[in-house]
Amino acid sequence: MTPRGEQAPSLRGRAGGEAQYLTLYRECRDMIFRHSCDVMNALRDEACEHLAQSGFPTRNDEDYKYTDVDALMIPDYGLNLGRLDIPVNPYDVFKCDVPNMSTSLYFMVGDAFYSKSLPKAPLPEGVLLGSLKELSSQHPELVAKHYDQLADTKSNAITALNTMLAQDGLLLYVPKGVVVEKPIQLVNILRADVNFMVNRRVLIILEDMAQARLLMCDHAMDEVDFLANQVIEVFVGAGASFELYELEETTPRTCRLSNLYIHQQADSNVLVNGVTLMGGTTRNATRVTLAGRGAHINLCGMAIADNHQHVDNHTFIDHAVSDCTSHELYKYVLDDEATGAFAGKVLVREGAQHTDSQQTNRNLCLTRQARMYTQPQLEIYADDVKCSHGATVGQLNEDALFYMQQRGISHAEARQLLMRAFVGEVIDEVGLEALRDRLHHLVEKRFRGELGQCRECNACK
Amino acid sequence: MLKVSNLHASINGKEILKGIDLEVRPGEVHAIMGPNGSGKSTLSNVLVGHPSYEVTQGAVEFNGKNLLELSPEDRSHEGLFLSFQYPVEIPGVSMVNFMRAAINEQRKYRGLAPLAANEFLKLMREKRALVELDSKLANRSVNEGFSGGEKKKNEIFQMAMLEPRLSILDETDSGLDIDALRIVAEGVNKLKTPETSTIVITHYQRLLDYIKPDVVHVLYKGRIVKTAGPELALEIENRGFDWIKKEVE
Repeated sequence: MTPRGEQAPSLRGRAGGEAQYLTLYRECRDMIFRHSCDVMNALRDEACEHLAQSGFPTRNDEDYKYTDVDALMIPDYGLNLGRLDIPVNPYDVFKCDVPNMSTSLYFMVGDAFYSKSLPKAPLPEGVLLGSLKELSSQHPELVAKHYDQLADTKSNAITALNTMLAQDGLLLYVPKGVVVEKPIQLVNILRADVNFMVNRRVLIILEDMAQARLLMCDHAMDEVDFLANQVIEVFVGAGASFELYELEETTPRTCRLSNLYIHQQADSNVLVNGVTLMGGTTRNATRVTLAGRGAHINLCGMAIADNHQHVDNHTFIDHAVSDCTSHELYKYVLDDEATGAFAGKVLVREGAQHTDSQQTNRNLCLTRQARMYTQPQLEIYADDVKCSHGATVGQLNEDALFYMQQRGISHAEARQLLMRAFVGEVIDEVGLEALRDRLHHLVEKRFRGELGQCRECNACK
Repeated sequence: MLKVSNLHASINGKEILKGIDLEVRPGEVHAIMGPNGSGKSTLSNVLVGHPSYEVTQGAVEFNGKNLLELSPEDRSHEGLFLSFQYPVEIPGVSMVNFMRAAINEQRKYRGLAPLAANEFLKLMREKRALVELDSKLANRSVNEGFSGGEKKKNEIFQMAMLEPRLSILDETDSGLDIDALRIVAEGVNKLKTPETSTIVITHYQRLLDYIKPDVVHVLYKGRIVKTAGPELALEIENRGFDWIKKEVE
C-alpha cells in the first residue's frame, strides 16, 4: 500500500501520454495541494501511483478499442493549477440553450464552482450544493466518507488522472427524506485563451428516500482545444430517486472524457440521459452498481455526430443482488465521416435472481463513410433472470422517404423528419417536460446545421 | 389531364412496361385491371416517380407539364396522388407533423403562406370525418400499428387533405372487409369533382361497384391490350382474363 499522505509519489512505468502529467504532478504537487482541500489531497499520491503503473489506455485495451485515450493526452494543454480567476461572469455572458426551465441555475467555470452570485431561491434545508473544495472543508467527514469511494483509480487511468489533479468541482448532498422539487441546472463552461485541460470532480450523495434532479450542460466558449476530464460519483440511498441529464454542446475542438459511477441501494430509482449534441471527441463511461434489492436504473443516451466527430459510450451495469431492473437505450445518428462506438456490458452476479435487464442500441449511418461499432455484452451467473439485448446499424428507410415525398414533403425535409423521429425515442425518456420540448427543438436545429451558429455570432454574448 | 405515350419502363434492367398509351381527361374515372405481374403497380410507381424504376422510352404529360422531369414531391405538388397498395409505417413521425409538413410544402409550392395551427387542426378534423378515421389514429405515428383497413382509410384521409387533381388508387380494395371498402369508396366519391380524375387499379369488380369507372383498361404483359366501357369489368368478373390473353396471343 502506498501511504496516503504528503509523501512524494514514486514515478515509474512506461513513457506514454501520462508521462508529462506525472512530471507535472511531481513538479507542482505543492501548488496543487495548496489550492485544494485535505480530502481531495489525501488521495492524490495513490492516484498518481496507479496512473504511473497502468498508463493511459490505448486501442490495444479491450475497453478502449475505439478511443485512443493515450493519443488524446499527448498534446500540450495548459492547466490552471494555481487557481487563477478566469475573468467571466457566466450570468452575464452566458445564455443557455435550455431557457425558461425554472431551474436553480449554477455555473462551473472550468472546474471552479462559480459562487460570486447564486440563485436567490434557497434549496430545502439541509441540502448542500456548491464548491466541492469549500464544502469539504466545512463537512470533511461527509465528503471523506464518499469521495473517491466509487471512482476506481487502480484500473481506470483517466479517473486516476482526475483524482490526481482535480482541485475542485461540485458537491450535491440531499439528506434523508428531503425532496428537491426544483430541478438543479449546472452549466459547465470551458473558457481559455490557450489549449486547456480541466479536471472536474462531482460528488452527489442522496440519502435514503431523498429526491433530486440535475441537468448538466457542457459548453465551450473559446476556439481553442479543450480536454475536459470529469469524474462523477453518485450515491443513491434506499428508496431515493435521482435523475441526471447531461447535455454536451461543445465544439469540434473539445475532447470530453467522462467517468460516471453510480451506486444504488434498495428500491432506489435512477434515470440517466446523456445527450451528445455537439463535440469533438467524446468518451462517456458509466458504471452502475445495483447493490440493493428492487433498485432500478434507466440508462439512456443519444449522439448526433458529423464531420470527424467521435462519440463512444461505454456502460457497465452490475446486477449485484436479486430483483433489480435495468433498462438501457442508446441511439446514434452518424453523418459524414463520424464514428460512434457503444459497448454495453450487463453483469448478473450469482444469486441475482429475478433480474430484469433490457438493452437496446440502434444506429443510423447516413453516409458510407460513417462508422458505428457496437458491442453488447451479457454475463449471467444466475438462472432465473430476464435479459435481452439488441443492436442494429442501418440507414434511413427508403420506403418511408419515398412515401413522404409522394405526399409532397421534399427529400431533405423527409430526412429531417425521420432523423428526428429516430432520436425522439431517447428524448421521450426525459422526465422534465420543459427539457424534453427543448431537446426536440435543439435536435431539430442540430440536424438543420443551425446549432452553434448563434454562439459564434456573438449576438447573445 | 394525363397523357401517357408509348411509355417504357424497367426495374433492375428488366423491362416491365412495354409501350403504354393512356389518356385521362378531367372528371374521368379509369379502371386498370389485369392479371398479376402485368405491370399495374409499376405503372403507378413510374407515374409518381419511384426511384427504383427507370423510364427508358416515351412521354408523360400532366396538366401540360412534362411529368417525367419533375421530382416526386413536385409531382405531388402538381396534384398527383398515389394511394399506396402497402402504406408505409413511419415510427416516431406523428400523423399531425407528417400532414402539416405535406400541406405546408404544397402551399409553399403554390405560393401560399403556411396554415395557422388552428386552421390546420380544423382541416384535419373535417377530413378525418370523411373517412371515419379514429381521432386516436391521427395522434399516432404514421400508419404504425394501424390495421389493414385503417391504413387504407388513412390513405384516403391524406388524399382528402391534399385535394389532388389525379388520384391513383393502387389496389385500395386489397385487405379490406366490406364495411371498410364501403367507407373508403364513399370517401373517394365524396372527393370527386368535375375537375378531378381517378385511376383505380384493381383485380376485382368489387371496388368498381362503388367507384363507377367511365373507362376500363386491361393491362397485360406491360401493354394496354383492351379498352372499353364499365361493362368490360363485369365481363372480366364473370370470365376472368384468359379469354383476353387468348385474344392477344
